[in-house]
Amino acid sequence: MNILSQPKKDQAMVPNEDDRQAVYVAPPADVESTDVGYVIRAEMPGVEKDGLEITVDRGELIILGRRKPIEVTGELIYREIRPHDFRRVYELAPSIDSTKITANIDQGILTVTLPKAETVKPRKIAVQ
Amino acid sequence: MHIVRYRHSPQSDLFAALDRLTNMRAEIDRVFESTVGSFSRSPAPLSRWNPAVNVYQDKDQFTVVVELPGLKKEEIEISLHDDTLTISGERKREESSGLEFLTERLYGNFQRSLTLPTAVDTEKVKASYKDGLLQVVLPKAEEAKPKQIEVALK
Repeated sequence: MNILSQPKKDQAMVPNEDDRQAVYVAPPADVESTDVGYVIRAEMPGVEKDGLEITVDRGELIILGRRKPIEVTGELIYREIRPHDFRRVYELAPSIDSTKITANIDQGILTVTLPKAETVKPRKIAVQ
Repeated sequence: MHIVRYRHSPQSDLFAALDRLTNMRAEIDRVFESTVGSFSRSPAPLSRWNPAVNVYQDKDQFTVVVELPGLKKEEIEISLHDDTLTISGERKREESSGLEFLTERLYGNFQRSLTLPTAVDTEKVKASYKDGLLQVVLPKAEEAKPKQIEVALK
């Protein structure tokens, strides 16, 4: 068998994920602090549940929202909407229990709830 | 004179500067009595929420897409006056139980108006709202559609 006809994995035609120059838009977001944790609300119009990728890595919360292409007929004659995907990174406070982070998207607003770990929640201590 | 509410964010200086630039452009436009495109953003202060708009066209219709994340259908108002489409409403803050830690999103009233290049059939305008995107489809009026004329060759 001719080994040259076998495309090598590292010479694949598809550019490497790391090589691709990705352009992102940072979505405007509000952060709220409550007794039980934090709530992030980010504006991601055009992003569905399937287009969301939320990861926690090395103490950082990485939010990635891929836009669904706008389904329209005709050619674009005027543009203000940036076609890029959304990305935002937050550093997590050590008090956050990263295993209990939940997220939800509704009409283009992503809500991420970050609960504090049980041990750091304020607790009343009875005086003996 | 107008009073701009103080926003404690480093962006506010930028917005103020942009506001001054917009005012300056309005001033220049007035002097030269020119308007730069009928779709240009309204001279409203930039520190106010100004939703982004895309416009598409084919031979039968215009489609206007507006980014309006976090609204309810009944909070969006769409009106058509002659060939000017106006989209307006108010965005309220979500009910919250905590302290604001960081505020970047803009709330309050918004309004965008755009003049369409040709007449549209006002009876057949349709709108939908999904994933925070408003889509308004405006079929062109019969008389505004391009017509094919056959020319006989002799």
